Amino acid sequence: MTLHAWFALLVALALAGWTVGTLRRRTARYEPGRRFFRHPTAAWGIGVLAFFVIVAVAAPLVTSYSPIVHNDIINLKNQPPSWSFILGTDVYSRDLWSRVAFGARISLKVGGLGMLVAVTLGTLVGAVAGYYRRWVDAVLMRGVDVGLALPRIFVLLIAIALFDRLGETVLILVIGLTSWFGTSRLVRAEVLSVRERDFVAAARAMGAGPGRVIFRHVLPNAAAPIIVAAALGIGNVLLLEASLSFLGIGVAPPKPSWGSMIADGVPYLATAPWTTLFPGLAIALVVMALNAVGDALREALDPRQEAM
Amino acid sequence: MTAWLVRRVAASIAIIFAVVTLTFFLMAVAPGEPLLGPDERQVPPEVRAELIRQWGLDQPAPVRYVKYLRQLARGNFGLSFSLHRPVADALAEAIPNTLLLAGAALLIDFLVGLGLGVYQAWRVHRLPDVVLSNVTLFLYSVPTFWLGLILLLVFGEWLGWFPVAGMSDPILCPTVSSFYCVMDRLWHLALPAATLGFVGAAGTARFQRAAMLEISAQDYIRTARAKGASEQRVVLRHQLRNALLSFITLFGLAFPFLLTGSVLIETTFAWPGMGRLATDAILRRDVPLVNAAVLLASTLVVMGSLLADVLLAAVDPRLRVRGTA
Repeated sequence: MTLHAWFALLVALALAGWTVGTLRRRTARYEPGRRFFRHPTAAWGIGVLAFFVIVAVAAPLVTSYSPIVHNDIINLKNQPPSWSFILGTDVYSRDLWSRVAFGARISLKVGGLGMLVAVTLGTLVGAVAGYYRRWVDAVLMRGVDVGLALPRIFVLLIAIALFDRLGETVLILVIGLTSWFGTSRLVRAEVLSVRERDFVAAARAMGAGPGRVIFRHVLPNAAAPIIVAAALGIGNVLLLEASLSFLGIGVAPPKPSWGSMIADGVPYLATAPWTTLFPGLAIALVVMALNAVGDALREALDPRQEAM
Repeated sequence: MTAWLVRRVAASIAIIFAVVTLTFFLMAVAPGEPLLGPDERQVPPEVRAELIRQWGLDQPAPVRYVKYLRQLARGNFGLSFSLHRPVADALAEAIPNTLLLAGAALLIDFLVGLGLGVYQAWRVHRLPDVVLSNVTLFLYSVPTFWLGLILLLVFGEWLGWFPVAGMSDPILCPTVSSFYCVMDRLWHLALPAATLGFVGAAGTARFQRAAMLEISAQDYIRTARAKGASEQRVVLRHQLRNALLSFITLFGLAFPFLLTGSVLIETTFAWPGMGRLATDAILRRDVPLVNAAVLLASTLVVMGSLLADVLLAAVDPRLRVRGTA
């Protein structure tokens, strides 16, 4: 790795640390903020996430090689980690660190946007079902029952394999469209209880329409469990994308995806284990960080857990 | 209670029916034709046209759907396009293998997960709990197939303790026939079952720990302590018994996890089960086999949650009263 890539990497680490510090200081005034950072792994989780986001955004700066160019397929394939290739090279002599860094773009994008689609849909369906109740609720929730009974991995396989290679956008949509069922149940339960509160009746008495009541009065008061579920859900979507790429039907090669990098390394597991090890570690780190942040968010936002 | 049960079973059957219908039409509207798999590209067009007529694929989807349902009602899953044999036979061969793998994983999952969860809640915020919390967080966040590969590398390649693929010795034990072969089968089962089991156990332990802690703040635990019950009695009789209720819910949720997990683990360890069969079928556009696999998988998921509900109602008197109301 060149000197300026090392320098950029150090800057990225420092920036991640700075993000944690600033967040902690800025939120210290509020009780949920203090509770969030009291969780033993919350700061680590935020730090790891910040680091990977920075690496994803600044991928060309923190790496010295292209993630897809074969550097020297004869002399440099399956090289162990060294000073020039800090994580080693894969069978096509590509720099693994470059691929991990550029792969972060895809993983974080698919995870984040896929969850955004899922949470938006789940919140809308859950809010409508919970607010209108009666037949609307019955119809929507029976649909959700079916969705939860669908073997999701098979449905994704069918959608992706049968419609041939999909672009990233479609992949995100397909994952989002099959991941919202649980969220909608959660939101519905939350809305059912919030809608009976006095301020909702007051808003309705003042002539607010259903849209306004749902978006201005009900949902903001049901936000905490939704945020927690979303934070924990991103990790799941990320794992799902990795699984699909591992099965060879996710993001199209030669674009680096952590899941397909693991699959690429399988035939050389015994001779070049680093090609399998590092992308998996990257997934594990990011998902761990997301789960830690999700746990801390739950403790910060959900007063029912205060007893713990 | 009976009325509730009947309603619940009827709803489950309706859900499975809806899943079957949905899959059928998803496969029907998907572009890309069946019988065009990698090994069928060489087939001349007129033979293909004849095959398509023979399989009845030239008929409109609704007609095929009605025919499919009629066959299904007689317990006939049809013929597999890619394997050229009855779907039922192919499934009958693969299902026991998956059940063996999933059953062993489930056993590890619940024994280890439950034990760890209870132990951690008992020692909460002490060193063992903190260490185990981090270990379970790691295992819970790791991709199953990656953990499988790492275990394979360490215990299969480097240490050579376990075989690296398959489910039995192909030369000495093509079928189970002797004590040696039973042990051989278990030896092959160890790594894939441990992978799936430990990842599951991490989730179970996290869940069980949280459930135990939530209960420890309840009034009846304070009452039990106040009336002088021993610590062991409070933990085992009052806390654990009530935490087992949420454990039953977890049992119902384990089925989808095991299903997804077995697809990936069977691919990683070359285990000839349902997950691999279904994955191959989907990639080869083998419509009858896919439909049957999805039907089985969704039945499993729905039965899991039904079983959990019934168990909960049987165990928890509060739910029983609400159920009859």
